[in-house]
Order: sequence, then structure tokens, then C-alpha cells
Amino acid sequence: MRIGAVTFPGTLDDVDTVRAIRHAGAEAVELWHGDADLRGVDAVILPGGFSYGDYLRAGAIARFAPVMERVIEAARGGMPVLGICNGFQVLCEAGLLPGALVRNHKLHFVCRDQWLRVERATTAWTGRYEPGAEILVPVKNGEGAYMAAERELDELEGEGRVVFRYLEENPNGSRRDIAGICDDTGRIVGLMPHPEHAVDALTGPSDDGLGIFLSAMDSFVKGAA
Amino acid sequence: MTSTQPHVETVSHAAATPDAPQPYAELGLADDEYERIRDILGRRPTEAELAMYSVMWSEHCSYKSSKVHWRHWKENTTEEMRAKMLAGIGENAGVVDIGDGWAVTFKIESHNHPSYVEPYQGAATGVGGIVRDIIAMGARPLAIMDSLRFGAAEATDTKRVLPGVVAGISGYGNCLGLPNIGGEVVFDPSYQGNPLVNAMCIGAMRAQDLHLAHASGTGNKVVLFGARTGLDGIGGVSVLASETFSGDESGAGRKKLPSVQVGDPFTEKLLIECCRELFREELVVGIQDLGGAGLSCATSELASAGDGGMRVALDRVPLRAEGMTPAEVLSSESQERMCAVVRPEDMDAFLRVCAKWDVQATEIGEVTDGERLEITWHGETVVDVPPGSLAHEGPEYHRPIARPATQDALRADTPDALPRPSGPAELRDTVLRMIASPNLCSRSWVTDQYDRYVRGGTVLAQPADAGMIRIDEETGRGVAAATDCNGRYVKLDPYAGTQLALAEAYRNVATGGAMPLAVTNCLNFGSATDPGVMWQFEQAVRGLAEGCRELGIPVTGGNVSFYNQTGDTAILPTPVVGVIGVIDDVRRRIPTGIGAEPGETLLLLGETADEFGGSDWADVIHGHLGGLPPAVDLRREKLLAEILVAGSRDGMISAAHDVSGGGLAQTLVETVLIGQTGARVLLDEDQDPFVQLFSESAGRVLVAVPRTEELRFTELCSARGLPWRKAGVSDPESGRLEIQDIASFTLDELRQAWEGTLPALFG
Repeated sequence: MRIGAVTFPGTLDDVDTVRAIRHAGAEAVELWHGDADLRGVDAVILPGGFSYGDYLRAGAIARFAPVMERVIEAARGGMPVLGICNGFQVLCEAGLLPGALVRNHKLHFVCRDQWLRVERATTAWTGRYEPGAEILVPVKNGEGAYMAAERELDELEGEGRVVFRYLEENPNGSRRDIAGICDDTGRIVGLMPHPEHAVDALTGPSDDGLGIFLSAMDSFVKGAA
Repeated sequence: MTSTQPHVETVSHAAATPDAPQPYAELGLADDEYERIRDILGRRPTEAELAMYSVMWSEHCSYKSSKVHWRHWKENTTEEMRAKMLAGIGENAGVVDIGDGWAVTFKIESHNHPSYVEPYQGAATGVGGIVRDIIAMGARPLAIMDSLRFGAAEATDTKRVLPGVVAGISGYGNCLGLPNIGGEVVFDPSYQGNPLVNAMCIGAMRAQDLHLAHASGTGNKVVLFGARTGLDGIGGVSVLASETFSGDESGAGRKKLPSVQVGDPFTEKLLIECCRELFREELVVGIQDLGGAGLSCATSELASAGDGGMRVALDRVPLRAEGMTPAEVLSSESQERMCAVVRPEDMDAFLRVCAKWDVQATEIGEVTDGERLEITWHGETVVDVPPGSLAHEGPEYHRPIARPATQDALRADTPDALPRPSGPAELRDTVLRMIASPNLCSRSWVTDQYDRYVRGGTVLAQPADAGMIRIDEETGRGVAAATDCNGRYVKLDPYAGTQLALAEAYRNVATGGAMPLAVTNCLNFGSATDPGVMWQFEQAVRGLAEGCRELGIPVTGGNVSFYNQTGDTAILPTPVVGVIGVIDDVRRRIPTGIGAEPGETLLLLGETADEFGGSDWADVIHGHLGGLPPAVDLRREKLLAEILVAGSRDGMISAAHDVSGGGLAQTLVETVLIGQTGARVLLDEDQDPFVQLFSESAGRVLVAVPRTEELRFTELCSARGLPWRKAGVSDPESGRLEIQDIASFTLDELRQAWEGTLPALFG
């Protein structure tokens, strides 16, 4: 399976994402923001960082990069797409996921190990987890508070589209402790925490994040079968 | 543009008007310094030349007050120490060989004064500057650390400075994609008007990829790339503008821009990736970052280190302000700029790489076969100087040195008579007060604002004693780093205090399981014109140099910051020492918290004496500073490090934490809290429990060993002659820290005390 990781100017966690993809046993394909070409990948990850310095608004400029035209097209055609942190912000800006990420409630950047609950284990990116599994993954963001209209939040909850929720202390003031959501097909997922930093207990707080990348491979195999 | 074209003074004009008055004094040049410039040039300098000399001969760039003391480094570096260095003092950053073909480069630099004026940008650009130093060595920057000092934690101005500095480091460093893996935060009233922001960066490269700053090869092109040049960070040179243009709209009136530079981390991130690709494609002959003194420094250093001269067409420099004078362009400290020397046949490829990364690059000149640095402005020569006279032949002062008359009284005022807690209840209360004090409490309010995970190589980070990163993913080879300095110890005895700073940083590196390899430093002191301060300085340099010789690790570079004082009151002398070490395989690293193994024995390595001079206990409980700092025994430190490294290599140690500020009590509390695992502690019946818990004797580490390894490890210690004492056991079930016969604490109670202080102060 080929999983692409996009590098925008200012993307920072592309190295980690590529490492995590390989760690899971898939082939990592580096995708460049300026190329309107997905190089035949089977899934795409938009990694974290500060694309275009987060100037204007996090993710607002990256969403117009040439590669994003192809990503949006492919996502609408059913390709699994994962947005991590800044990538989640880009997916919201691109209209592939609802809502927006705004400045943390305490107004400063937060980096810490965070417990999450996997609320939905039937997306293309979470099939490996038991429903309700609790995982320990780093969270690190300055604009990570998930916001949406009450009606939209009710809809997300009602349709089972909240994929991850913060446990214990909410790190950024996200509405309803939401850490990650998906689209109505369950193929497009966005989350603020960083599973790519939790694939090896040596360099992360756990290896709980590996399940995300393994899940993508499972859904690829299932799709092919 | 032409409407605001400034008046420009040419070399021929300066030669024709030898008696024209010049504002050299306002630019910080002394009468004799100005005369020397006239001697060197055989005429008076042009405005642009005067601007260049004034910044290049400033304390910050020329080290004119400290240079004479550098002989101590040289005299104390043995051949064996030198052999480990691939580049040393005088380069942008020191480089050491860490084995397997890898080289590591590292440096620490101060950005103190700007961080007081404008905390966010001052600290942010401090990070940016040190990172460019590392890029310029040909390395990929891999991690940063920050050594910070602030005024009293409760002081009003600290509430302005600290959050701003932390946000600046966080805002810049996080956006740059470099993990922040450690450092220090220390409070003391002496830093009230003079906070210290010392930023360290560590980078790695294949040893053969080392790039040094020099311009050679006649006909090679000089390329300026990165951000545009603006009016920010011009500082003293604005005097020239106001002298020349007062009242003119292109003069001083419009130049009210901050003298602190403004950082753009996004551009710097692109610059990192762009430089990596330029190096990979071998498109660079020589490279220099633009930091203090901007283009003045970059062109003169590149030219003087090469084998020829250099000609620069200054009007080609892309500007972001209108009507800048040559002097301003030369002295601007606009951030995120680099200067490279490129072979003409590589220019197209060079520009292509820059375009890929959206980095603006402009050819501004070329290397000549002459010996002059010649700078033109729209075809007219405005600078014509021997580049070495700017870069290396600045003034050198033997500042008066005198041991302060107050030093004897300070040392005679020992802490011996201070009332000590007696009995279990008072000791228990003292533990809780101490761990909640601003200098001993948890730093997570600060460090949680820094990304420690990015790039996936961080193996140890705050609150560990040292930060550690993996360099080679295949072999697991890695590097550890720590910075330390207890200014209170240095104040009491600058020689021993600096050696204690060295000893602690060295020990902290070893506590993670890495063998210390090399040293850098950032020497923060008061005014160089105060003989008492210069005495502290001289003692500190000598202490560090001789200490390094005893430990057998070289000083590879450093930075000096004088004039950290308000009125007559200098800061605590703060020679921050940074040590890096190497570990063969980061999987063998030693964590800080206990609990990784089911049954662990706690051992205290080293010896505890009754030593409270300069201690946190004397400070927190009595507000006292006097007496002598703890004794330093570098031979013991070396033995301790060897045993820790051997213990990590053989998997005998499951956790380790150094004993320093706050004593064993502090170490125990952090060990159980970081590991989230309780412990039962046994003190020595033959020694005063107060001394055992709070003394700050050096050369001690608390280690946890799996019960199965206890005998093997203690036999190793005994055989090598390292004193050790069984200090207790881990107790995972209890959820408590129990100090037998003294006190018992729940982990929750300790956590509340330790973690509550900074959030309560800073929100």
C-alpha cells in the first residue's frame, strides 16, 4: 500500500509521518505542495506544522496549493485522507470537514501527553482500535480548539462522527472535548493530536498511535478484497 | 525610489574632506579607536565604513574586553582534547566528532538585552540567530535548549518578561520545527532589569560535510539569500542617520523602527530546508549567517577568512524600506538572511534550489584577487577596507581587575548559624515549602509551551536532567546536552562556582547515560568596566578552562555578554555552561523517573557533607546568600560519569536523577513524580536527616537499579572506589513517598505543591 505525506512550505511533521507510515509497513510517498500529482497513492496524510507560517489563518493558504486540488478530488472520490493538527486545519479550510480550529482557550501553545478515547472505530483510520479504547498520544498546538455551531456539533454527535475525544483535562478548550472528527463516509478523518509521535515508546509516550496507520492498511486490504 | 534616494558619502569624498567631524563617539567608538581606523585606512572613514567599524568593534562582535582571557582556553586544551574537535573557537559553532562518521555542532548565545526591551521578539530572534549559526556549519539543526534567568518570580515586571520570552521561544522554535529539549528557568532579583535569554542549538552532519565560513576562488559569486533587508535592528547606527538627515523625510523621522529585530520563523524554516538542499547538491563554497552586525559582519568575515578580497554592489541588496543608506544596509540586523560564496557555474542550480523553497536569492558581488573589501553603491565606492581589520583586528583591552572588597565579608557570612528545622514535622514542612518555591517547582508551565516531539528523535527532554536526541536511526547513536549554572555559587566563589556549573552539566549528561564530550559556554556578567566584575570574569574563565582540562573535554566555543547590570548593581555572575555527550545507542538511555521495572532499589552515589553556602534552602527559608559553595571534585565527577555510562550500557540502571539544587529531598520528589511511582526511603542513621535531605554537595546522583542488578552494580561502584549508599526501594503500590521515621507524603500532595506555583504566578 502507498500512503502519501504532503509537504507544504512550513510543514514540520512530515518526517515523523513518513517514519510512522514505514513503521506500520506501508510504502511512504512524499508529495510536494507545488505538484498537482498524487503519484498513484492509495491514501493521503496531511501532516502537522505551520504551513505558510500559519499566517492569515492556520491552513488557510495551504488549502489553495496545487496538490490540494488533487487531494480534494481524490477525497471526494473516496480515497482515505487523514489530517493531523495543521492537516486537520487544512481539511476544515478546504471544506472536507466541518467546523474550524481556533486559538487555545489559555492563549498559549500546549505540548503534552494526552489521553484520548477512540469514539468511533469504524473509520478508514481507526479500524484497529477497540471501540472506546483509551490511547496516550502527544497533543501540541496553539490553535487547536475545535469549534462549530451547536447544530453542527449535535449533528456530528448524532451521526457518530466524533472520532476522538480528550479525556481528563481538555488541552485547548475544544467544544465537547472533541479531538478528531470524520466526514459522513468515515474515510476523511482530522484530529489535533499527533499519532505519528506515538509509534515507538522510545521517542513518544506510547506506541498507541501506530493503530491509525495500521488501520489505513487494513481498510486498503479490505477495499482490495 | 529615486525621490528618496539618500545622500551617499564616497571614499573619494572622505579622502578629500579629512577634517569633517564624525559622530564616532555616539556610535560607541572611543577616541583612540577612531584614530586607529584612520590609521588603518590612511584617511577618515566614510559613513558606511564608520558604521561597519562601530558594529564590528563593539563588545558584542569583537569581544574586546574578554579576548585577552581566552588564552586560558588555549593553554588548557591538550592535544588529546583538540583531537576531538573538527572546528573550535572562532568558527560559527564548535564541531566534534561523535563516531560512525557523524559530527555534532552546537553553540549557545545570549540575547539578553533585546529580550528585556521586547521579550517576545528578543527571545524569538535569539532562537533564530543561533539556529542560523548551526546551519552555516553545514549541519541540520536538530534541537534547541534555553537557559533563562528572570527577576523575582513575584515581581510585576517578571509577569511581563517571562510570558513574553517563553511565548517568543515557543512561537519561533515551534514554527521552525525544532524540538526544545531542555534548559533552565531561574529566578533571582538581580536579574530584574537584566533577564538572561541564552539559546542553544545542536545540529548534526556527516563529518565530511562540514562547511566553514570563507570566501575563496577569484570570480566566485557572493549571494545574499533569505529575507529582505530592512530598518529593523539597526541600533546605534541610526545616529548616523539622525546626524546626516535630521528633518529630512528620508532621515531620522521615518526611522523610528524598533531596534529589536522582528523574527519570521516561517522564512527561517524554508532557509533551513533550502540550505540542506544546497549543501546536498554541493553548491556552496563558503557560507555565513547574518546575525549581529548584519552584512558588515558577513562580508568582512567571509572575505577575511578567504584567500582574496571581495567586491560587493550594495545597491543590489533587496530592501524592504525605501531610501536606506549604505550604512544602514550594512548594519541592518534583519533576520533570516544568509550569505554564500558560489562558483559561477553553479549559480543557476543555486538559484533553482532557492526558487524551489521560495527563498529570494540575489548575487551581490564576487570574490576578487585583491586584498580589499570594496563595496559600491550605484557604481560609487563607499567602502574600501582590509576585511581583516574589521573582523579580527579590533581593539583588545586589558580591563582593570580587582577582587571586590566585599568578597571576604560575603564568604565569612556562612549559613552555619541559620536556624535549621528540627524534628519530623518541621522537616516535612520544609520539604513542601522547598519543592513549591519558584526555583525548585515544576517547569512544565514553561516547557509545555515548547514542542519537544517534532522530528521524532527526542529520547529525553525536560524534566529530565539532560535532553537527548537520536542522530542515527539505524545505529541509534545519539547526543545528550545540558546547560547549567548556579549564579549564587559563582557569586560566592567565581572559580569554584563555574567549575560547579561545569560539573553539574557534565553530570546531567552522564545521568542520561551519555559520555560527556565537549563544552560550550555563555558568560553573562555585569559591566566590563567594573574591576570587580572583571575579577569574577577572569576567575570564571580560568575555572572553566582548568576544569575542562581535568575532565579532558574541550571548550569548542562560547559567547560573552557584559553590561548586564542596572546602575551599580550587576547580575549574579552567570557563566552558563553547556555540555554535550554521546551515547552509542539511545535505547540504552537512562530515564529520570522510577517505575519502569517492577522492583527497584534506590542507591545514592557520592557523599553528602554539611554544605549550605549558596543553597536553595538558605535562599528559600532564610533569604541568605553567603559562605562558600559546595566543594567541587572533578575527578569524582569523572568517575561518576564513567560508572553511569557503564551502567547504562550494561542495562544495570533503570532510572537516574542528579542531586543538586534543593538536595536529595528535591531529587526524591521529582523521581517519584516523574515516574508516577511511590518509594520508601531510608536515611543514614549516623547523619543529620536535615543535612541528608537538603545539603547540595556536588558529585551525587540517585539511581534506581532493578533488584536483580543491585549486587553487580554496587560491586562495580565499590571496585572503582565510588561511595554509594542504599537509599530505599520503589514502592509502586503505595502511591506515597515515605521517608522512614521522618515523613510520608502522598504523590498527589507532592504534585500539587510542585506543580502549582508557576501556573498560579503566570496564569
